[in-house]
Amino acid sequence: MKVSYFPGCTLKTKAKELDIYARRSAEALGIEMCEIENWQCCGGVFVSAKDEIASKLSSVRALIAARDSGTPLVTVCSACHNVIKQTNAAMRTDEDFAKKVNLYMSQDKNPSEPYHGETAVYHYLELLRDTVGFDKIKEAVRNPLTGKKIAAYYGCMLLRPNKVMRFDDPENPTLMENFIRALGAEPVIYPQRNECCGGYVVLDDAELAKKKSLSVSEGAKDHGAEMIVTACPLCKYNLVKSGSEIPVIYFTELLAEALGVKEDKNAEQK
Amino acid sequence: MQNKNELVREQVLRMSGVNPRKCMRCGKCSATCPSYDEMEYHPHQFVYMVENGDIETLMNSPSVYKCLSCFACVDRCPRDVEPAKLIEALRLCVIREKDKNHMTADDIPSLIDEDMPQQALVSAMRKYSK
Ligand code: SF4
Ligand code: SF4
Ligand code: SF4
Ligand code: SF4
Repeated sequence: MKVSYFPGCTLKTKAKELDIYARRSAEALGIEMCEIENWQCCGGVFVSAKDEIASKLSSVRALIAARDSGTPLVTVCSACHNVIKQTNAAMRTDEDFAKKVNLYMSQDKNPSEPYHGETAVYHYLELLRDTVGFDKIKEAVRNPLTGKKIAAYYGCMLLRPNKVMRFDDPENPTLMENFIRALGAEPVIYPQRNECCGGYVVLDDAELAKKKSLSVSEGAKDHGAEMIVTACPLCKYNLVKSGSEIPVIYFTELLAEALGVKEDKNAEQK
Repeated sequence: MQNKNELVREQVLRMSGVNPRKCMRCGKCSATCPSYDEMEYHPHQFVYMVENGDIETLMNSPSVYKCLSCFACVDRCPRDVEPAKLIEALRLCVIREKDKNHMTADDIPSLIDEDMPQQALVSAMRKYSK
């Protein structure tokens, strides 16, 4: 299967592991990730105000590129995913917004057909669940993570707003737990798995971010987890910097390890 | 001539698409808000203060910068009021005024370290400056 891939700026810099292991694992699972050409930063957070237009154009450009190549758009970063999926929904449901955006886009050098939210947008985890299937992943596992107790951290951006994201049950998600099971490990359920780590507020009020993040990592540890997995570079940063006593790693790294493709020293990206 | 309160109130309602009159004052949004302790005005108060046109009070409160955009209040409101969208619209009305950026690029170097992901910087810029 072929998909358009929007890596995002953080995956090209501070979160290279999130990207590299996603690519390697995809290859092992028979998914061809074609990076969108000249993609631009999504901006990290969706601005819900209807009159914010220009800051959403980069997402629309990526969505159009995917549509024009006839493939779904896949993201690995939770934040990119949230921004692009919310922008796509706005293009589909807010006529006035779509009209203004399409007017902007018609000024691009080689304008495409007007866009109205046609592209299917998936997070990599959704692709694993819905397209590959956890049964198939289970079969592909070469190094089962037997006995490892792992806490999934969803945070907010994968799940909310649920009306748009439709990722999983926002109050009792199971996707990442089933993912952990497919790799042979044992998921740890704890109350803060879908609560916020503080996010960007770390720049404005570091104490607040610290308090929120610590409650997440302490919750996971108190419920017996040996490590936390996340899909978001900022979640990881906040959890680690606030002093998590257990390691925090990207879900793609865990996947690559279980699939036996983690130490592939000859891989092009390394 | 309308006063500033009325003008901004209309603008906030238009930008956010929120109808504060749907609120039944149950307080669930505030109960679930991860920033509750840091806020002078809480999500449910934003909703009824916008409804009552008490706009300038909110615009002058640091509470507009305490929202984390976690959307918990949006998903957990039984009436689909979407308080976070109101708070966002109010914050934008503040920072869009002249010289009202809450954070600028010059502030960044002193706030970051080696490991800070780009995502944090672009998000903060998008939330705190125009
Ligand atoms: S969410 Fe982050 S990594 Fe993804 S493009 Fe946007 S800013 Fe960059
Ligand atoms: S948990 Fe934190 S970094 Fe993660 S999505 Fe929420 S705010 Fe963002
Ligand atoms: S949860 Fe909804 S209905 Fe309840 S107070 Fe908040 S906005 Fe109003
Ligand atoms: S979106 Fe903002 S106001 Fe709503 S619960 Fe989260 S932090 Fe609180």
